[in-house]
Amino acid sequence: MNSAIIKTLLRSGIISLWSALLFLPFKGLQAAGILFILLFLALLLITLTSRLSGHVVSRADIVQKQVAQLIPSNSLYLLLLVLPALTMPLFSRNYMLDVAVLSGIYIILALALNVVVGFTGLLNLGFVAYYAIGAYSFALLNTRLGLGFWSALPLSVVITTAAGFVFAAPALRLKGDYLALVTLGFGEIVRITLNNWDSFTKGPNGISGIDAPFFFGISLAPLSSFYYLVLFFVVLAVIVIRRVHASKIGRAWIALREDEIAASAMGIRSTQYKLYAVSFGAFWAGLAGCLFAAKMRFISPESFTFMESVLILSMVILGGLGSIAGVIVGAVILVALPEALRDIQMYRMLALGAGIVLLMIFRPQGLFRGSSASRS
Amino acid sequence: MLLEVRAVSKHFGGIRAVEDITFSLKQGIILSIIGPNGAGKTTLFNCLTGFMKPTRGNIIFSGTTISDLPADRINRLGISRTFQNIRLFKGMSVIENVMVAQHAKIRSGLLPIIAHSPSFRSEEASVRQTAFEYLAFLGLESSAEQGAGNLPYGAQRRLEIARALASEPQLILLDEPSAGMNPLETDEMMATIRKIREMGKTIILIEHDMKFVMGISDRIIVLDHGVKIAEGAPQEVKDNPLVIEAYLGKETH
Repeated sequence: MNSAIIKTLLRSGIISLWSALLFLPFKGLQAAGILFILLFLALLLITLTSRLSGHVVSRADIVQKQVAQLIPSNSLYLLLLVLPALTMPLFSRNYMLDVAVLSGIYIILALALNVVVGFTGLLNLGFVAYYAIGAYSFALLNTRLGLGFWSALPLSVVITTAAGFVFAAPALRLKGDYLALVTLGFGEIVRITLNNWDSFTKGPNGISGIDAPFFFGISLAPLSSFYYLVLFFVVLAVIVIRRVHASKIGRAWIALREDEIAASAMGIRSTQYKLYAVSFGAFWAGLAGCLFAAKMRFISPESFTFMESVLILSMVILGGLGSIAGVIVGAVILVALPEALRDIQMYRMLALGAGIVLLMIFRPQGLFRGSSASRS
Repeated sequence: MLLEVRAVSKHFGGIRAVEDITFSLKQGIILSIIGPNGAGKTTLFNCLTGFMKPTRGNIIFSGTTISDLPADRINRLGISRTFQNIRLFKGMSVIENVMVAQHAKIRSGLLPIIAHSPSFRSEEASVRQTAFEYLAFLGLESSAEQGAGNLPYGAQRRLEIARALASEPQLILLDEPSAGMNPLETDEMMATIRKIREMGKTIILIEHDMKFVMGISDRIIVLDHGVKIAEGAPQEVKDNPLVIEAYLGKETH
């Protein structure tokens, strides 16, 4: 018996015991026991095989590289993704489309948060605030002033971007954990304000009767049409964020994340570029909020709780901080998985927590490793 | 004069890290700052590059007072530096590290970036080309696409110099460029620094290796306990009794 074997046994034991204890109150002793045994054996097996054939983490990287080599070029790759996405309404039921539309909205949100957390390294725990401001601006402009979709959308996005800028300007004096706490507070302030400002936002009753979008006289209310609207904005977000990422702005963001002192020694105005990142993220979150309001036709503060911020952050971490493709996959998984596994939906948060802890143990960089700035 | 340092002091509470230092520097000179550990060399560097504000005194760089300016502004005015404890952007590739340093020169704004306009693309291509030339200058061209954190130690030091050069400074400050290098690498580093001077740059360096300092410097400033105890050509400094005392201690018999 050497110490490595004892360490492996102990590690597998603790991880599986911990997971089993999590499930104990929900599924009873028997199920938790079975989970413990299965997980323990699985972990041992993984450790053993990884000893034999290189490390799991590095193997996953090799797989990612091989997949990347299979993809011929960027434009063709995009086409490969877009083609099935374009034809989706032809062969799927409304339920599937509903999930797809929701995924699209969350993809935009997660991409936006990825700019702030993944690229620039500013932890934000109240990102839902921008989503809420976008949705409420849109709803209020539409129901109070009667503005249509295409005029309310840019206005709401501008309002959200401005809100991002105004909030970030003082908050960016803080760093790390302190900044995270302030953003968390900001998220709560926005939700509580929306909940209590009855005369303006109708409080907890929410705003109903939001108009469905039109496009040259065609109503986009049917799910299949709305799906194309969301798809358009998702593709737009991916292209724009990719391009900004591969420019001097993206390089400045990543440099700030990597080493702020060295970045300022290279002539980068750190406050200005952090403000850019937060405003840019708020821009897309506001857009996602508009799409959400236009889809639901009804919004209330309940949709913008702290758990929502956590969910968006989980998408970014699951997919891989800083990786655009990873974040998209993370968003789709976290929207689609609970839908696919309706039975365990009440354990969604539990499974999410357990999943992220396991991810942090075995693959801390997320499913996809974020590539650096301008790999052209 | 390219750089004038006038009576600069930096105090941390009661500790006088740098006390009343005055010197000036002409273009194209290699100046070394030497002194025992804790003499205030790096503190002086931090004051020159805007990472610390001097408690007293003025720093004037080609006619502009820079003692109150932030670090990024000072870099854009033409002073660049490396760090004693290497500070690379480890998550980026080698060439991207050098591309970051050209940040201030890039003109393309947000719209050309999003539109991928021809002017943006040609500018990006030239930035990459320039970065590659600086890498080649320091012999790093073969590892351009590697992760910066994976480079061996000596190569990381050279990459920091390539990055500092890429922001096209008039004055470049090197904090212990040969630290941790073997004799062969140290010789190469000396040759590199001479070549940087031939490019028309002015260089200030902090160094502990006396062979290196004596071999390369036009002028030397010796600090001890934050005070300048000697300044002059290498030979003058070497024979100065104050310097010998600072390094070896006083003769007692």
